[in-house]
Amino acid sequence: MTTPVLEARAVTMRFGGLTAVRSVDFTVNTGEIVGLIGPNGAGKTTFFNCLTGLYVPTEGTVSYKGTVLPPKPHLVTKAGIARTFQNIRLFANMTVLENVLVGRHTRTKEGLWSALLRGPGFKKAEKASEERAMELLEFIGLAHKRDHLARNLPYGEQRKLEIARALASEPGLLLLDEPTAGMNPQETRATEELVFAIRDKGIAVLLIEHDMRFVFNLSDRVACLVQGEKLVEGTSEVVQSDERVIAAYLGTPFEGAPGEEEAAEVAAAEAHAEAAPSTKGDTQ
Amino acid sequence: MTETKTPATPETPKTPTATTERGLIPLPANAARALTLIGGAATAASAFLAWTWTAEFPGDLTVYGYPGGLQWLTFTGGILIVLFALAGYGVRGLRWLTPAGNNAPLALTALGALGTTWFTVIAIAAKLGGLVNLEPGGYIAAIASLLPVIGAFALPEPTGDTTKETLRHYTAKAEKIPAATPTTPWQQRLIITAVTIVGLITFTYGIDTAYGELFIGYLILVVFAVWALHTAGLLDRFSHLVTGNRSFTLAMGFLAAIAFPFTQTDDHYANIGVNILIFGTVALGLNIVVGLAGLLDLGYVAFLGVGAYTAALVSGSEFSTISGVQFPFWASALTGAAASLIFGVLIGAPTLRLRGDYLAIVTLGFGEIFRIAVNNMDGDSGPDITNGPNGIPSIPDLDFFGFNFGESHDIAGFTIGRFANYYLLMVLVMAIVVLVYTRAADSRIGRSWIAIREDETAATAMGINGFNVKLIAFALGASLAGLAGTVSAHVTYSVVPNPYQFAGSTPPNSAFLLAAVVLGGMGTVAGPLLGAALLYLLPEKLVFLQDKSLLAFGIALILLMRFRPEGIIANRRRQLEFHETGQLDVPDTETLADEPAVTKAGA
Ligand SMILES: Nc1ncnc2c1ncn2[C@@H]1O[C@H](COP(=O)(O)OP(=O)(O)OP(=O)(O)O)[C@@H](O)[C@H]1O
Ligand SMILES: [Mg+2]
Repeated sequence: MTTPVLEARAVTMRFGGLTAVRSVDFTVNTGEIVGLIGPNGAGKTTFFNCLTGLYVPTEGTVSYKGTVLPPKPHLVTKAGIARTFQNIRLFANMTVLENVLVGRHTRTKEGLWSALLRGPGFKKAEKASEERAMELLEFIGLAHKRDHLARNLPYGEQRKLEIARALASEPGLLLLDEPTAGMNPQETRATEELVFAIRDKGIAVLLIEHDMRFVFNLSDRVACLVQGEKLVEGTSEVVQSDERVIAAYLGTPFEGAPGEEEAAEVAAAEAHAEAAPSTKGDTQ
Repeated sequence: MTETKTPATPETPKTPTATTERGLIPLPANAARALTLIGGAATAASAFLAWTWTAEFPGDLTVYGYPGGLQWLTFTGGILIVLFALAGYGVRGLRWLTPAGNNAPLALTALGALGTTWFTVIAIAAKLGGLVNLEPGGYIAAIASLLPVIGAFALPEPTGDTTKETLRHYTAKAEKIPAATPTTPWQQRLIITAVTIVGLITFTYGIDTAYGELFIGYLILVVFAVWALHTAGLLDRFSHLVTGNRSFTLAMGFLAAIAFPFTQTDDHYANIGVNILIFGTVALGLNIVVGLAGLLDLGYVAFLGVGAYTAALVSGSEFSTISGVQFPFWASALTGAAASLIFGVLIGAPTLRLRGDYLAIVTLGFGEIFRIAVNNMDGDSGPDITNGPNGIPSIPDLDFFGFNFGESHDIAGFTIGRFANYYLLMVLVMAIVVLVYTRAADSRIGRSWIAIREDETAATAMGINGFNVKLIAFALGASLAGLAGTVSAHVTYSVVPNPYQFAGSTPPNSAFLLAAVVLGGMGTVAGPLLGAALLYLLPEKLVFLQDKSLLAFGIALILLMRFRPEGIIANRRRQLEFHETGQLDVPDTETLADEPAVTKAGA
């Protein structure tokens, strides 16, 4: 373990009286896949937003490879952190290829003048961008749909495209917010492979997930956030067997269950049936 | 009229020979088809009769043996009906008119001919005071134009649950349009050339209509004819052809634009032409801001004003407050564009941090501030810069190396008048703006504009500096409008504050500019130009509407937004959408780049 890719120090995010994230310290090291779990409303997405500059943390700092990041999303991306969104945010009326090309924004420089003058440099850069984008589309298996509008893709492919778009910015750290939400088991399996493949490219991955089997399979380390606080952090085995984690999950109704008790019963049954308590799948 | 829901009869294969069903009007199918053909021919022939006894109705419809004025429209309508009817019979050489074999184009052209003919007849009666003013020819034309409509609606079509639905079947676009037979690159270019020529003739005819009635008749016919071509699937085919030959089409478009003044004998129409170009060019500039970057700018006309005032100040006019200064045109054009750019940055920098509605309101305010400030900078209420409401008159004509724009010139036997000179200059300016637009749109910066428009949060998370990118769009749009303004100052001899307002009954004003973009089709090149042409011509030609023109315009806008929200010319993205829903079964193999005249035979 050398310099951590990501180091969040005492990150706190308050919305008025609500403290969504409370003094969270967090590190991600090179080549790691880290999972972030926690019941609904625990502040996971808010924490992501703090990391990527979409929210300015009330307190605390975020640094990437040793340098403190300014809380500006475009600068964070430029520094090397890319992300996807919990509820897919593709550019719906752009094509698949264009979406990925937008992802390359920070890695290209051509401004308005070069676009208007169309010198050889511009053409070369556009061509290189397109080649790189096509490589990524091949990597995630959407090359054949390059000219389709993003809005017309099936759900699972939209999620994949969002990952490709994030990868296009050549990040050192990829943040995935519930990458398998709404996916069927096969797609989830494929996403698992994809995350491993991304890690093998030397990109560290931090992912939020509610699919426990998925998280514990993938992650080198898992942290559990409850009511904005980091409750536990450790290997899959440690977190899985931690009583506080189980309690946190049991104490929170999920999957749109009508009553708290029923939810608890279901969860308890699940927790008994398998080591990994599988919870909600879809958060759209 | 693009979406067709057929819940009642989902998969009825539409073949022209299906005689099992009866049409809306009970007639045997054979008779119905024959009626359309005969009716079409009769309609065309009726144009050769005298419709009224006096030449008091404009266009002189009193002559037997030769059509005049509005009768030409009836004649054209009749011919179109005949063509589509023959295509319905499967006549070789005309099959391409209805590739899907549907009857909607026939029904629509019949309606168009009916509309324009009946409009004429009614207009004669109304204008001259009663039906007695109609000659028998007028009645014959009215009846003849009814025949093809009866025939077309007697053709078998699947019936819906309600009459409304059934009627929709008669005017619906074909669901599946068979792929076009492969064409060679030269054939494609020939088609594009032919279409450009027809377009130029149609357009020129519209501009040259000498009286309001003719323009209305013309609009009726054109709307129905274009609608017919759309339902036949020919517009889709053509736009696909264009995607494969972009540069060539662009070149043809400009050739056609240049050719326009050479077809004119009266400089008045060149005046209309140059005003349309100015209006259209500014609308295209606005399209960068609204259509690409998605920033709702309600004060855009101010940038045109900045350009115009700047050019007027440095034009050497004796009334200019810096009257000693006279820049050559290239310098004043650059100064005007630069002044607009600075103004754009000044307005944009504080406002572009706002989103959506707020931005719209603030730009609206700034637009008005410009007009009011210019009104007050008269030496009394403010510094003496713009002469207040009097503006800057007597702006001298341009002079390029001894070529005086104020005089008529003979070029190759054609007389090119003052406005035609400016028209040609404006074509050049428009060419620059089109080039800027297309190049900017298809680049890293253009993609980031669209990304910002689609989802600003996601765009910034992808590394786009939202503020910067929006400011560039705003400033670029502003400077293009300023550039157009510099020409417009010379065309109109004088600049006054009043035209640069938010809304008024004549273009250009911010509301009309925005309407031109939205109506024509956001994010396209041809859309805002077409929208601008329409919005300029309507108040210009329909003078009798006077103060009611704004009302009429509002109604027209509402109707269009109800039935064709994407604008007259749909964006390529919309077309792609259609691809996926299978409305155009031609596989799209084009790349997105603006490849020069790619030739994929029958792609
Ligand atoms: N912009 C905001 N303003 C006010 N409150 C917010 C805002 N964003 C999030 N919150 C609140 O912060 C808390 C944490 O929300 P967050 O979306 O981070 O949860 P999460 O862990 O991602 O949950 P889920 O699993 O449902 O995605 C919630 O109570 C939410 O209502
Ligand atoms: Mg969340």
